Amino acid sequence: MSAPHQQEPTDFTFDADSEAQIAKIVARYPEGKQASAVIPLLYVAQKQMGRLTGSAWVPRVAMDAVAVKLSMAPIRVYEVATFYFMFNTKPMGRFHLQVCGTTPCWLRGSDDVLRACKDAGHLKGYGDTSEDGLFTLSEVECLGACVNAPILQVDDDYYEDLDYDRTVKLIESLKRGERPAPGSSIGRQTSAPEGGPNTLLDIPMMAKE
Amino acid sequence: MALSDKDRIFTNLYGLHDWRLPEARRRGNWDGTAAIIAKGRDWIIEELKQSGLRGRGGAGFPTGLKWSFMPKANPDGRPSYLVVNCDESEPGTCKDRDIIRHDPHTLIEGCLLAGVGMGAHAGYIYVRGEYYNEHLVLQAAIDEAYDAGLLGKNAAGSGWDFDLYVHRGAGAYICGEETALIESLEGKKGMPRLKPPFPAAVGLYGCPTTVNNVETIAVVPEIMRRGASWFASFGRPKNSGTKVFCIQGHVNKPCNVEAEMSIPLRELIDRYAGGVRGGWDNLLAVIPGGSSTPMIPKAVCDDVLMDFDALREQRTGLGTAAVIVMDKSTDLIKAIARLAAFYKHESCGQCTPCREGMGWQKRLMDRMVEGRAEIAEIDVLESVTRQIEGHTICALADGGVWPVQGLIRHFRPMMEERIQQYHAKKNGGVMPHANQTSGVPPLAAE
Amino acid sequence: MAKVTIDGIEVEVPNGASVLQACEAAGKEIPRFCYHERLSVAGNCRMCLVEVEKAPKPVASCAYPVADGMKVFTDSAMVRNARRNVMEFLLINHPLDCPICDQGGECDLQDQAVAFGRDGSRYREEKRAVKDKYLGPLVKTIMTRCIQCTRCVRFATEVAGVPELGATGRGENMQIGTYVEKALTTELSGNLIDICPVGALTSRPYAFVSRPWELRKTDSIDVLDAVGAAIRVDTRGPEVLRIIPRTNEDVNEEWMADRGRFSFDGLKRKRLDRPWIRREGKLQPATWPEALEHIAGKLKGMPGSRIGAVAGDLVDVESVYALKALMNALGSQNLECRQDGAKIDGSRRDHYLFNSGIAGIDEADALLIIGSNPRKEAPVLNARIRKRWNSGAMPVATIGEAGLDLTYTAEHLGEGTAVLDALLDGSHAFAKVLGEAKKPMIILGRGAVAREDGAAVLAAAWALANQIGALTPEWHGFNMLHLFGGQVGALDAGFLPGEGGQDLAGMLSGGVDALWLLGADGFEPAFISPGTFVIYQGHHGDRAASRADVILPGAAYTEKEGTYVNTEGRVQRGRLAVFPPGEAKEDWRIIRAAGVAMGVNLPFDTLEDVRAGMVAANPVFGLVDGRIAGGVQDVAGPAAGGTLSGTAFKANLTDYWLADPISRASETMAECSRIYNAAPVAQAAE
Repeated sequence: MSAPHQQEPTDFTFDADSEAQIAKIVARYPEGKQASAVIPLLYVAQKQMGRLTGSAWVPRVAMDAVAVKLSMAPIRVYEVATFYFMFNTKPMGRFHLQVCGTTPCWLRGSDDVLRACKDAGHLKGYGDTSEDGLFTLSEVECLGACVNAPILQVDDDYYEDLDYDRTVKLIESLKRGERPAPGSSIGRQTSAPEGGPNTLLDIPMMAKE
Repeated sequence: MALSDKDRIFTNLYGLHDWRLPEARRRGNWDGTAAIIAKGRDWIIEELKQSGLRGRGGAGFPTGLKWSFMPKANPDGRPSYLVVNCDESEPGTCKDRDIIRHDPHTLIEGCLLAGVGMGAHAGYIYVRGEYYNEHLVLQAAIDEAYDAGLLGKNAAGSGWDFDLYVHRGAGAYICGEETALIESLEGKKGMPRLKPPFPAAVGLYGCPTTVNNVETIAVVPEIMRRGASWFASFGRPKNSGTKVFCIQGHVNKPCNVEAEMSIPLRELIDRYAGGVRGGWDNLLAVIPGGSSTPMIPKAVCDDVLMDFDALREQRTGLGTAAVIVMDKSTDLIKAIARLAAFYKHESCGQCTPCREGMGWQKRLMDRMVEGRAEIAEIDVLESVTRQIEGHTICALADGGVWPVQGLIRHFRPMMEERIQQYHAKKNGGVMPHANQTSGVPPLAAE
Repeated sequence: MAKVTIDGIEVEVPNGASVLQACEAAGKEIPRFCYHERLSVAGNCRMCLVEVEKAPKPVASCAYPVADGMKVFTDSAMVRNARRNVMEFLLINHPLDCPICDQGGECDLQDQAVAFGRDGSRYREEKRAVKDKYLGPLVKTIMTRCIQCTRCVRFATEVAGVPELGATGRGENMQIGTYVEKALTTELSGNLIDICPVGALTSRPYAFVSRPWELRKTDSIDVLDAVGAAIRVDTRGPEVLRIIPRTNEDVNEEWMADRGRFSFDGLKRKRLDRPWIRREGKLQPATWPEALEHIAGKLKGMPGSRIGAVAGDLVDVESVYALKALMNALGSQNLECRQDGAKIDGSRRDHYLFNSGIAGIDEADALLIIGSNPRKEAPVLNARIRKRWNSGAMPVATIGEAGLDLTYTAEHLGEGTAVLDALLDGSHAFAKVLGEAKKPMIILGRGAVAREDGAAVLAAAWALANQIGALTPEWHGFNMLHLFGGQVGALDAGFLPGEGGQDLAGMLSGGVDALWLLGADGFEPAFISPGTFVIYQGHHGDRAASRADVILPGAAYTEKEGTYVNTEGRVQRGRLAVFPPGEAKEDWRIIRAAGVAMGVNLPFDTLEDVRAGMVAANPVFGLVDGRIAGGVQDVAGPAAGGTLSGTAFKANLTDYWLADPISRASETMAECSRIYNAAPVAQAAE
């Protein structure tokens, strides 16, 4: 008997790229504590899947590969992979659209961002992957960029200060294969107030060496 | 008197300047680090105690005292660890993000000083997984610090060996709880540990460990350079220092800003965030310190000070100083219901009251949003929150019910009205009597 | 020691004890779900909350250490409220299906709900439904009932040593399972059912069979391996409905192996429930007088030296004693209880016992296992080794099969006897490890002496034990691990070739004209010389019965009052839980009646007579529930015979699940064998 992982690949091997990363990662932890590297290695596996298949997720065989690498019981890896929400245990679209729906973003219009994602990405709702395989839509909990709300996280990048139109524009450019620079969509200086900072304009600086 | 730029610690909060080492040095980072370290561990801890610095991660525990719990010597050969909590996930909070991406050297230098202060030769910075681009900056800054001899053997020429690593989380609010963070760092699910033993005795890998918030650690070098009395000169006694506030929601110009502690809430919003959308009188309520702190209605906001003690007097807290402003257009019930959903989503599932209760609270709140409930169920809701509170291993559960308690405390009539409206619509205007329909006896508490 | 006051009662408990332990010391019962004294502390169910003076919140007593002068309240308003609150939370998503739940009537949650539950629910939302998980053929899951206490996860990881069970997902979606839906690879899975405080994990074979209050409960002993676990046989009418373990700290703690627990359906199948006589080449039903007279007729005039008897692996001492008495009365010294051909030296008891004692494992500080796989041969004993290994420094090494997964790390020294030589001459590094240990243990598998050079292996193992200092007046580190519950008792009863008697090989190869097999199914009956008249006395139509000329239906261990001796030499009593089926009878009575038919009046009429005779023959049988412990007085070893052959040690049980006649008749065991012996499932999905 086996779990119903319909699209589960039959095997998974870390490629040379991943192996190089793994060597660096494992070295961060003390001798005998290599289990610490389980989250980083699951990321490596997920990234490799994204790199090689266009779908960044962690199939069970990849979890098993991580378990072998770190001499862990596979179930301990399964536990970790299912506890942390950034690991996708199901196949994903090419772009992972992650709408922050928590209160700070909601107060600033995350419902519009969601609507824009559905409309422009042809997505039925959270959990859906578009038929063209381009987008998977997820709701995420607070992304920790609340003064730039609302936020849409595309894969690893935060797009900030969005509204409906700017979200549509972003998704359309993703479709065209473009990758707009992450950050504020209204040209704000990061977390400074809109229109420019009114503090930190006069900080003491030492002379250049 | 507003805080002046020269007294701000995070001089590159907005990333107006280059985060890299040469520019960071020009802004004063890494200035005389070795000389500070030469004053010794006890001096550092004493100075920190004198500064009145309280933890910036939400609980506000005195930092110097916390460091002093670390063993002075490790006769059993166990190393001590510094762990920096950058799992910034408390809704509303986005200050540590700015520190690691724009001012990483304040943190890195702070880590070295903290390592000396607590006798640790290694530190891990646990960065929430979503901060991917941010962690790249932090890692690059650490790399250049190593290259410049500021980390590693004889760090910054101080004679102290110190290694610093970045470890990413993967999407779990609970990992902001220090023992869950340690579990996660050890490669397990982020489930909080039973205490005692406390991390200072048995922490990471079973070794003495202190977990501090990013901002807490990052302000240490400036305190050491400028002196405890400088830091203590801001804010009220026991609430001293400067603090990065995250002002958001229904304000004209949401922003992060470093301001002095004990600043009046109204001044904070007006001076730095462009005021409440539609003017101060359009204010309905504020969540003053991140999602876990109960909201306060406008009347309280009018003159409350932003510090630990003043907010505690109002039965809320400074928390992470994430100020979530809600104007009169806000559906407060929905705003809090969304937080209830957050806590349900983030409960680790370990303790019964939190695992089961958060779902119950969330589902009750969802019905409260619609009004599809009985008035007596507000009491059920309140009692559910009380049953969760104080009965679990960690404080997530407490923080998860306080927002709902705050809503009921200050806006119960709004909830009742919503229920009445719902029933009025459904029953053609006839409001059934709560006592007849509820069938829900209150819990027979003693 | 710390002085703690519990509800006004002052108790002294060791420093480091938990508040819960202190409460128990004060006689206060603390409700709990996740806490289990043999598992690590999880502290997650929150049911054991108590009030501690000056603590602002109630504390989880299972996880909170005592402090001197602490004042604890277990029945204050705060505590009662906290327990009610937790109970309410546990119940909101727990189904109200007690009427159809197999745990009903013996459910911790049900019991505590009576004490702390409300009479109605305030929960009006949809209840959680959880998909059932597959854990194997023995444990049935109804996961909607799970209260996430994680006892099962901890048992699998800590005690069974198979980290295959986990809690995946988080929050209210946290689910217990293997994630990959595979059978847990343990021989201890039944214990999961016992430790589950609710009806989430129940017995698959027992599903919907009975209610606890309908059961008659009989305390007994498991004989399907040589551990001798304390068990309770639950019956209704003539049927055994289930077998569960009882606590015996010295033997099985509170665990039990799956074969002993789940093979009882074999007690109803393939039973010999009437006498049979072979007439014209075919076995035909007969009456008792016919069968016994037929035997008497055949044996009449036959010289005693041409009659032999072999005792099986599950026999009780009473029957062995009776059969020996009959054989001796008939003038036969041809007795054998070593069906496997084990070269056991029966002259001295400590030459064939597990002398350190099962509980002695807890004290051992180095272990060498020779020709044994304790995980299969004695799963509960193996768990004890694992516990010891887990708790600290006990290096373990094995000689025998390579690649054994014992659930703990063991250094594999080699497959054959060459390593023994190297250990004996000190050239092997592990000899030093054993030599430096204060209480080294050697476990010699019974199968390791069931081979041509068995006597040499036995002598070498003993010599090694002596050499490493395992044989001292305080510590006896030589241990033979037997495989079945009847083996040691038969040895103790001296069911071995007497003066001039023949052993098994001799009897099989035409050395006797009549052969009495007492439950002896352990060898291939085709080896019996064709002309031999075979009497089979036993309970199952297993291997040997088909070769029999007369079948005398006997009683299984659940059907008689019987004495058994476990591998460590502990004398224990099995009890009659149900009567033997049909015309089957208690075995010593059959033998006595057969004697009468042959004109031999054996000197016992009652069970008490038999037992008195047993004790007279060997006083150890009088030590019921006890064993002779202690060190070695005389280090002289078993008689050496021949030299070590150098051949590799082989597995002693080819199939754990089908290792005895009862299990071979069990459908449950057949399914286990099918599932667990299938080629390992590839990691790929179907």
